[in-house]
Amino acid sequence: MFKKDIIPGAKSKVKSSAQRAIRAKVLDQYPLLEPYIEDIMPKKEQLDLVKLPDRVSLYALGSTPLFFQHMDDPLLPHLTLIHRYPTLFHRLRVDRGAIRFVLSGATLMVPGLTSPGGRLPSDTPDKGGQVSEEGRYGTEELEPGTVVVIEAEGKENACFVGTLKMGTAEMKKVKKGQACEGGHYLGDGLWSLNLG
Amino acid sequence: MAEASSSSEFPKKVIYCGICSLPPEYCEFGGTVKKCEEWLQQNHPSMHEKLYSQEAIEQNLSTLSLEAQKRAEKDAQKKAAKAASAEAKAQEQRATSKVLIKRIERNKRKYVTAVQGLEAFGLDIKKVAKDFGKKFATGSSVTKVPGGGEEITVQGDLSDDIYDFVVENYKDVPEDNIEMVEDKKKKAAG
Repeated sequence: MFKKDIIPGAKSKVKSSAQRAIRAKVLDQYPLLEPYIEDIMPKKEQLDLVKLPDRVSLYALGSTPLFFQHMDDPLLPHLTLIHRYPTLFHRLRVDRGAIRFVLSGATLMVPGLTSPGGRLPSDTPDKGGQVSEEGRYGTEELEPGTVVVIEAEGKENACFVGTLKMGTAEMKKVKKGQACEGGHYLGDGLWSLNLG
Repeated sequence: MAEASSSSEFPKKVIYCGICSLPPEYCEFGGTVKKCEEWLQQNHPSMHEKLYSQEAIEQNLSTLSLEAQKRAEKDAQKKAAKAASAEAKAQEQRATSKVLIKRIERNKRKYVTAVQGLEAFGLDIKKVAKDFGKKFATGSSVTKVPGGGEEITVQGDLSDDIYDFVVENYKDVPEDNIEMVEDKKKKAAG
């Protein structure tokens, strides 16, 4: 979605009523964020709305981008936010071979997730994997349309966020095709966007 | 975000590479690995040790098949070359591009000043126009140039002041690259 560098459009302040609505929507979508919402978007702070090309709007607090949204699609968290609160989103993992494609903006494909290096929900942990690894990727199957954060094999931080195109149960069966629609990845235009 | 963290675990502090802005573990995919590595060594030695140790590199390689390794390497090289050439190009462009400060006679004894070429130095001309307007207390706007592109038009003869202001405030613009032009051509009677 943000393959090219983006030129931010007008920056405007969000009405406090709209701000409340956004907050409610965020909590609705990511209930796990609840204990930290006050840290992420304090009630008293003024949120900014930055318009980006292709009808994407980005909500930011000062110069920290928080969430972005394409038209009325679900709010997607910005990767810097994910890096700060990594465990509060649905997570999947791709194998090492896929990283370079993901980071150059390719669509996320299913084989990267189903291969030995990838992780889907309710996978068995690594051989001799630590206890913390277990359940890290959840046990519930995810439906298409779920917002997922993609981590990478051998890496600590997430590299991609997007919405699922195919349910995880189906992925395990079919093992090919596209997994995630164009989202936000490390190093893309949204990532390098500098909010003054 | 300066927040009073309410828990011990979050928010997690993440270090970002000063060169390519990615978390350091992803530097290897950025195309500027050499520079990133140096940066990390200087700024976060412990992390550097962890990420660039022989062991880590070997482990990384072992997970890929030979063929994939080769491909990945080739790809990385290509990417690095691309990044290097892009940087060189940007630098060259920076060195050769000029900022034109034009004094245009609008009417006898009335002038406007047009500034072109600031965008080549990574400046946001809309913001610069606003700054000019604030500094000189005149109208200042971004206008389209017939040949394509945009320039800043400032009301009044401010060519010398703008010259000084640009040199003073925008350090990215080398003084030698600023050129002053007087537009002699008189506009048709207006």
